[in-house]
Amino acid sequence: MQNTAHLDESRDPLIIAEGWMKNGKDVAIATVVETWGSAPRPVGSHLVIDAEGNFHGSVSGGCVEGAVVSEAADVIESGKPRMLEFGVADETAWQVGLSCGGRIKVYVERLG
Amino acid sequence: MDPLHLKKLNAERRARRAAILVTDLGDGRDRMVREGDTVAGELGEAIVKAFRSGNSGSVVAEGRNFFLNVHLPQPRLVVIGAVHISQALAPMAQIAGYPLEIIDPRTAFATDDRFPDVTLFAEWPEDVLKAHPLDGYTALAALTHDPKIDDFALKAALDADCFYIGALGSRKTHAKRVERLMAMGAPSEGIEKIHAPIGLDIGSASPGEIAVAVLAEVIRAFRSRGTARLPKGQAA
Repeated sequence: MQNTAHLDESRDPLIIAEGWMKNGKDVAIATVVETWGSAPRPVGSHLVIDAEGNFHGSVSGGCVEGAVVSEAADVIESGKPRMLEFGVADETAWQVGLSCGGRIKVYVERLG
Repeated sequence: MDPLHLKKLNAERRARRAAILVTDLGDGRDRMVREGDTVAGELGEAIVKAFRSGNSGSVVAEGRNFFLNVHLPQPRLVVIGAVHISQALAPMAQIAGYPLEIIDPRTAFATDDRFPDVTLFAEWPEDVLKAHPLDGYTALAALTHDPKIDDFALKAALDADCFYIGALGSRKTHAKRVERLMAMGAPSEGIEKIHAPIGLDIGSASPGEIAVAVLAEVIRAFRSRGTARLPKGQAA
């Protein structure tokens, strides 16, 4: 039950992205900008991805991260941001306790 | 995202200050806005609203589509006094999403046995608050009604502009407290913000019921930040 008033720096996606940048890595940041229905992660949630496909954070319950990571590689390459839209699979929606499905919009941009 | 803006945003988040990253979804440009910064027009109004609600989302302003990602510090609760009310308040506050710390220099009160799974300091508030300063996203409830323990913390909460300050004790006790705080140099408009008697007026009698009243008052203060003050609760 213990929760903390301070950032968990080892798991915070934006802190991790800053660290990657300091180490000279190319980084993409994905952000949930809109949700409909039973989206598992709230608007504002981040997934950060480096050029090797390493990632931290989440934009869904795990069902669309793979697709976002592969899009991120293109975004890092081109430098052009993209807006992605996903229907969250019913199975995932079921797992998070809501059986009605959901949709999310994810904005993917390069850091720098 | 602009790397400089990410660094600035993370610096604000580390320092427990509220900030919004504003991204123009048309051209991908972003900026970081701190709470209290002035931004003109429709965008400025949306930013003020977003700081109050804490909700991220898209807005259309001046014909452009912006995404506002709101980063508010986690609100927390500092309780002065490892008393019976605090024993009930500790698990409730944590369930409600308000991490809590208890400070009480009386080692007979501040024991792990009485407060399992709670961040507990068996030290004077003067010492603890130096290392763990109060801020605008912290609520302070002074529950010992011992001036030696409560007064310094109340003055520190006024100086740090805590979003909620409450103090246990009758009106008579509080009147004397007001005199002492004035003597310590606290401004009267600050002192007026102290919720005393503490807690919403729900007729609380037992320590657990008083804890509910205090927690409800803290939540109301947090959710009404920046709006006209609601009438003070009268209880406990």
